[in-house]
Amino acid sequence: MRTITRRSLIASIGAASLAGPFIVAAEAQETKALVNTTSTRDRIRARHFPNLLLTTHEGKKVRFYDDLLKDKIVVINFMYVKCERVCPGITANLAKLQKLLGSRLGRDIFMYSFTLKPEQDSPEVLRKYAEAYHAKGGWTFLTGTPEDMELLRRKLGFTDPDPRRDADKSNHIGNIRYGNEPLQLWGSCPGLSKASWIAESISWVDWPKAAKGERK
Amino acid sequence: MSNFRKRDKTREKASIVAAKNRRELIAAGLNRRDLLKMGLLTSAGMLIPKVGLSAHPLTSAGFINDTPQSRPTTPFVEEMPRLVIKQPTQTLTGPPPQITPNTAGGESRTIAHQAYAQFPAQKFYEMHQKAFLAKSSPDFAQPTTLWGFDGIFPGPLLVARYGEPILVRQFNELPQQNNGFGINSTTTHLHNGHTPSESDGFPCFFNPSGKFYDHHYPNVLAGINSTHPGTGDIRESMHTLWYHDHRIDYTAQNVYKGLAGMYNLFHPEDSAYDTGNENTGFRLPSFPDYDINMVFNDAVYDEDDQLAFDLFNLDGILGDKMLVNGKVQPVLHVSPRRYRFRWLNMGPSRFYQLALLDPTNNSSKPIWQISVDGNLLKKPVQVSNGCRISVAERVDVIVDFTGLQGKTFYVENRLEQDDGRGPTGDVFSPGQGDKILKIIVDGPIVTDNSINPANIPANQAVYFYDFPATTASPVVTRVFRFERNNGQWAVNGKFATCDETRFAVKRNTVEKWIIQNNSGGWQHPIHMHFEEFQTLKINGSAPQTTGIITAGRKDVLRLEHNMQAEMFFRFRDFVGRYPIHCHNVVHEDHAMMVLLEINDTGDTKTNP
Repeated sequence: MRTITRRSLIASIGAASLAGPFIVAAEAQETKALVNTTSTRDRIRARHFPNLLLTTHEGKKVRFYDDLLKDKIVVINFMYVKCERVCPGITANLAKLQKLLGSRLGRDIFMYSFTLKPEQDSPEVLRKYAEAYHAKGGWTFLTGTPEDMELLRRKLGFTDPDPRRDADKSNHIGNIRYGNEPLQLWGSCPGLSKASWIAESISWVDWPKAAKGERK
Repeated sequence: MSNFRKRDKTREKASIVAAKNRRELIAAGLNRRDLLKMGLLTSAGMLIPKVGLSAHPLTSAGFINDTPQSRPTTPFVEEMPRLVIKQPTQTLTGPPPQITPNTAGGESRTIAHQAYAQFPAQKFYEMHQKAFLAKSSPDFAQPTTLWGFDGIFPGPLLVARYGEPILVRQFNELPQQNNGFGINSTTTHLHNGHTPSESDGFPCFFNPSGKFYDHHYPNVLAGINSTHPGTGDIRESMHTLWYHDHRIDYTAQNVYKGLAGMYNLFHPEDSAYDTGNENTGFRLPSFPDYDINMVFNDAVYDEDDQLAFDLFNLDGILGDKMLVNGKVQPVLHVSPRRYRFRWLNMGPSRFYQLALLDPTNNSSKPIWQISVDGNLLKKPVQVSNGCRISVAERVDVIVDFTGLQGKTFYVENRLEQDDGRGPTGDVFSPGQGDKILKIIVDGPIVTDNSINPANIPANQAVYFYDFPATTASPVVTRVFRFERNNGQWAVNGKFATCDETRFAVKRNTVEKWIIQNNSGGWQHPIHMHFEEFQTLKINGSAPQTTGIITAGRKDVLRLEHNMQAEMFFRFRDFVGRYPIHCHNVVHEDHAMMVLLEINDTGDTKTNP
C-alpha cells in the first residue's frame, strides 16, 4: 500500500518543487491581487467554522476552530457508533487512511469524526469505538451538545436538501471533507471511495514548499 | 406544454412556499415595479432572498442558507462585451512544440500527440491562465478577483476551421493564493471537440502552476480515419464549442472563478456549409459582426464584491446575479437585420429557458433555433417559448430584427429553479421570468445577405446537414444509473477515481447506452466527451423535433426526474481515456463521473 511521504506530497503539487520559468509571473500576479486573503479566510471561518466547545473521545475539551482547524490540514466526517449502514465502511476506510498518512497524521494532518448522535455517543462510547478501529493519535472522535453538533453538521454541509432524508440519521451524508484551513483549499470525496484515492485527494491541498518552509 | 414535469413530491416545503408566495404576489397583480417598491425585488430584477420568498436554496428544516447576498445592481447600464478574438502567434513562448511530452522543457503533458504527424498544426496559439481584477457591474464598489484564460473573463474566443489543425499552448500562471476558493492546478477541456485524449483536457491530466500543456486540436470531422477516410462525415460537423477547466474535484470552483471561454468552428470559406460568411455556404449571419457569442452564468458576490462560492455545498449552487459575457445584465445594441446568437450555459448549476421577450405587450418574439449543443439541426425550427439549456449546453439561434428599428427586447430566462437540484419544471409566463440581456434595435440599417429561415420551403426536410443514420447494430448495450447514495454521487453504485478506468470501448464501433436517473428529485446534465450521441428514445418515446428540442446530435443529455434515455454512439478515429460525467459541476466534483478508455480491444461490460 502506498503511503504519503513528504516527498510524494510535494511532488504532487508540482509547482512547489519545480522552479519553472513561469513561477515569477505567477508570483507577480499574486501581489497584484487587491483583496488580501486574510479577509477571505476570516469570511470562510465566520460562515462555516463556529468555534464550538466540543469533547474528544479522550474527554478533552476543545474549540472547533481554535484547536481543531486553525493552521491545519484536516479530514472531516460525520458518524455515530450504532450506525450500521454507511458508517462501518467509511470508518474502516478512515482506518486505512490513517496508515497512508503515516507520520503526517497528528503532526499537521488531523482526522476528525463527529457524532450525529451526541445523546448516545458519550466520550467513553467514542473512546471504545476509536479503540475498536485502532485509531492512532491524530484521529479524534468528537461529541458535544445536540444543538452544537447539529449546527456543525449544517455549517459543514453534511445535509440533504430533502428534509425527510435529512432527518433520517441512519441514511446520513457519507462524504468526507478535506481541506487546508490557512490555504482555503477545500474538497470532498465519497467516504466509501478507496482509501488510496482519499489520500491522493488530500495531497492536493498540501502545503507548497514556499508557504510553510521545509517540513520534517 | 408537454415538457412540464410533475413536481417532485419530496421537494422541501420551504421551496414550495417560496414559489407559491412569488406566484401569489404575481397573481395579486403586483408587477415587478410594485415588488421593487415593496422592497421584495432588487433593482436588478432578482427576488430578494428572504425566508419564504427566496430564489436561493434553503437548507432543510427551514434553515435559511447563509449564502452571502450580492449588493443591488442597476440592470441594463453597461454594454455587453463581445468576446475577444484570439490571434495566433508566430513564436510560441518556451520551447518549440513537439510530439512527445517536453517534460524537461516545462510541459506537464505525459502522453505523446497521437495525431500530430497526420494533422500538423497550421496555426499556433498560447494562453496564459492567471488571476486578474474585473468589475462585473458599475455598482460594485471594487473589482472582483477572477481567474481567466489570458486574464480575461470570458476567455478569448478561439476561431477555428475544419481542415486547419491548431495547437494551443496553455500556461498555468495561477497563484497559490486563491482568495477563498479555486486550485491552481488545471486541465483545459475543449467541450465537444473530436480531440485525441491527450489534448482533450482529461480530468486527471493535471497542468500545475508554473507549467505549460500543449493541446493539439486537429479540427477534423468524425469518421476521418474510419467511416469516411480522408474527409470525415460532413453530417458530424460541430460549430459552437467551449473550453473550460476540468480539474477533477475542483472544476466547479475553477470555472466559477472564470476559467471558461468559447471556440467557434467553421468550414472553409469556399465550402457549401457553415462558413462564417453570409454570402456563401449556408448563408448564416456573418462572423463576427452579426454572429455573436454569449456566455451566460450566475454568481453571488459578497459584501466586498468578491465571488462567493459555497465550499461546503454538495447539491449545486445558484447565483443571485445573472451575467452575459462577464457583465451583470448588460445591454446589446443591434441593427435591424438578422443575427446569429450562440448561447452557452456556463453553469455552475442553473438551467435556463431563454426566450426573447417583447416588453410592450409581454409577448414572445419567435426565434429560429438552428442548433443543439452547437450542432446544426436539419433546418431552422421556429420556437417562441425559448430554448432550454442545462449546464454546458449550447444553442445557436437566428433572431430577425428586420424592420424593428427603435424596438427593445429582452433575453429572458423563464425556467424556475429554487436550488441546485435542478429546475422545478415550472415555466414562467412571458415577462415574469428573469430578464438577463436588454437588446435595443438602434443600429444603422445595413445590408443583410443572410438566409431568411422563413423562406426555406416547408417541404424541404434538410437545409443544413441530415442526421447520421442510427441504424447500425451496437456491439454492446451499456446501462449507466446516475444515483445518490448517502449524499455521495455515484454511477452504477461506484465512485470515480483517477486510477480506475471502468470500461473500454472498441475504436470504430457503435454502442448503445441507456442512461437512468434514480436520484429522486435531482436533474443532471450528462456530458460525454469526444463523441456526440443521438438520443434514440426518452422514456420510450422519440426525441422532440419542435418546442423543447431533444433530437439531433448532442453532447449533453438533460437527464430529468426519473428519466431513462437510450443513446446511440459511434466512437471513431482516436484512442485514449475520456470521461462521462454530470455537468452540474458541483455534482461532477463529487465523483459523478465514469472514466473510460477507447482502445482497439474494447469490452462488453453492460453495467460498468
